[in-house]
Amino acid sequence: MILKELTVTSNRKLADGIYEMRFSGASHVRPGSFVEVTVPGFYLNRPFGVGNYENGEITIFYKVVGQGTDKMTEIQVGEKLKVIYELGNGFDMEKATKPLLVSGGIGIAPIYYLAKAFANKGIRPVVVTGFRNAGEVVLEKELAEIADLYVATDDGSKGFHGNPVACVKALDKEWDYYYSCGPMVMMHFLKMYSDKGELSLEARMGCGFGACMGCSIKTVSGYKRVCKEGPVFDAKEVEL
Amino acid sequence: MSSINKVLDTQIELFGVKLDNPIIPASGTFGFGYEFSEYYDINVLGSISLKGTTLEKRYGNPLPRIAECPAGLINAIGLQNPGVDAVINEEIPRLSKVYSKPVIANVGGHSFNEYTHTVAKFNDCDKVFAVELNISCPNVKGGGMAFGTNPETVETLVREIKKVSTKPIIVKLSPNVTDVTLLAKAAENGGADGLSLINTLVGMRIDLRTAKPIISVKSGGYSGPGVFPVAVNMVYKVREKTSLPIIGMGGISSASDVIEMMYAGANAVMVGSLNLVNPYGCKEIIEDLPIEMQKLGINKLTDIIGRAHNV
Repeated sequence: MILKELTVTSNRKLADGIYEMRFSGASHVRPGSFVEVTVPGFYLNRPFGVGNYENGEITIFYKVVGQGTDKMTEIQVGEKLKVIYELGNGFDMEKATKPLLVSGGIGIAPIYYLAKAFANKGIRPVVVTGFRNAGEVVLEKELAEIADLYVATDDGSKGFHGNPVACVKALDKEWDYYYSCGPMVMMHFLKMYSDKGELSLEARMGCGFGACMGCSIKTVSGYKRVCKEGPVFDAKEVEL
Repeated sequence: MSSINKVLDTQIELFGVKLDNPIIPASGTFGFGYEFSEYYDINVLGSISLKGTTLEKRYGNPLPRIAECPAGLINAIGLQNPGVDAVINEEIPRLSKVYSKPVIANVGGHSFNEYTHTVAKFNDCDKVFAVELNISCPNVKGGGMAFGTNPETVETLVREIKKVSTKPIIVKLSPNVTDVTLLAKAAENGGADGLSLINTLVGMRIDLRTAKPIISVKSGGYSGPGVFPVAVNMVYKVREKTSLPIIGMGGISSASDVIEMMYAGANAVMVGSLNLVNPYGCKEIIEDLPIEMQKLGINKLTDIIGRAHNV
């Protein structure tokens, strides 16, 4: 865990309700770890999966879902924000030789960074990203360069018509281990299809670093904190 | 900084134990302490109030347990803890490896029996120099706050606990009452050695999209800087009625808040919500305290306890 004031270098809209924010001044962060961002005027820090790290810059992708994320869209380049980073455990990349990455909605953030990390190791992953409609699709071009990409939309307005799990079932690609982040219901069905993978979970958090027990979930080996023992859990371990 | 520390005296005393400073992380915001030793040397802390402990292991409430508020948050954790035996045999030894000072155990419960059995278990735990009774937790059904809002129940419970405990007993008071001083006097009459206040204020937030309360069990406890003036007032009012040691808490977020709370009558303070938004919060307050004392011409912190009553 590192707490630092970082400078906002970019804050722009990527698609309907989906934004990208970049911060400079950070040291390396692990794929699957998350950050807590202090939003001026709000008491609690806000957790976001790390969407990328490159040249000292952390990128997050965020969806406007409430007052805090709405306020974030007004943050200007050059502003300094308190950011706590290197939080949580992160993905275990050693488990896959032929990785399959599956995201739903804004869950694409940690999946994109993981895809880049695999690409840097010389592995071209299979990536399935799901969105509600074509207007919400992000990072298509970026992912297509480094992965075998399949885009799914619920309404069929782009790519595969259906949810990302249905798209996974229809794949003709070989994979040996998956990594996923997205809505609970999506990950529930993914786990029912196969439990050979890791799931990155989301929770309303108090602190983000294990102090308040605000995000404890039931696992087969007892109760665990999404922020501390997670956010990435073995699919076999969690009860969704 | 170092030259200031030599001159200014931040030491306080609680139940015959000298603390280097009055800063104690509040129960439920600091786990069992050792987690924070990853971030800084926690030996700078005056003491630590451990996570609320019950006789048996408790999972607590379903998620969501947290809702944000202006100037604070609502929590409804529901006393998640591994149970008193695991706290004594596993958590405290783990803390002792990274923290050399005595600590305060915090005990919650659902019945007189549960309270007395749990408190008595700490008798042989040398690391614990006092037990804080949580009779004011708003997040436990049929327990917690139900005990803490009736003066007669408080007096009887404290008396029963004093019979079985060899440690000083601190009674943590609820602000969710008409007159907190009645509860303070009841605790004193029952034999309490000290008081801590305030616990959280009962609150609720409702999701604008679904119109449902955000917290799974609907209500929770509101804490954070928003409750600080309420806490200062209650500490002031309780100080008028008792000479027992008071540990003041409720939204303390800076060294100046510590001094204000001590002016109101607190002998020491607990810092809660701040730990959740700034893991270095307590450390920063401890570093700022001599600077703030110097600004205000305070040489010895114990001199200012209850000063607001004498001016």
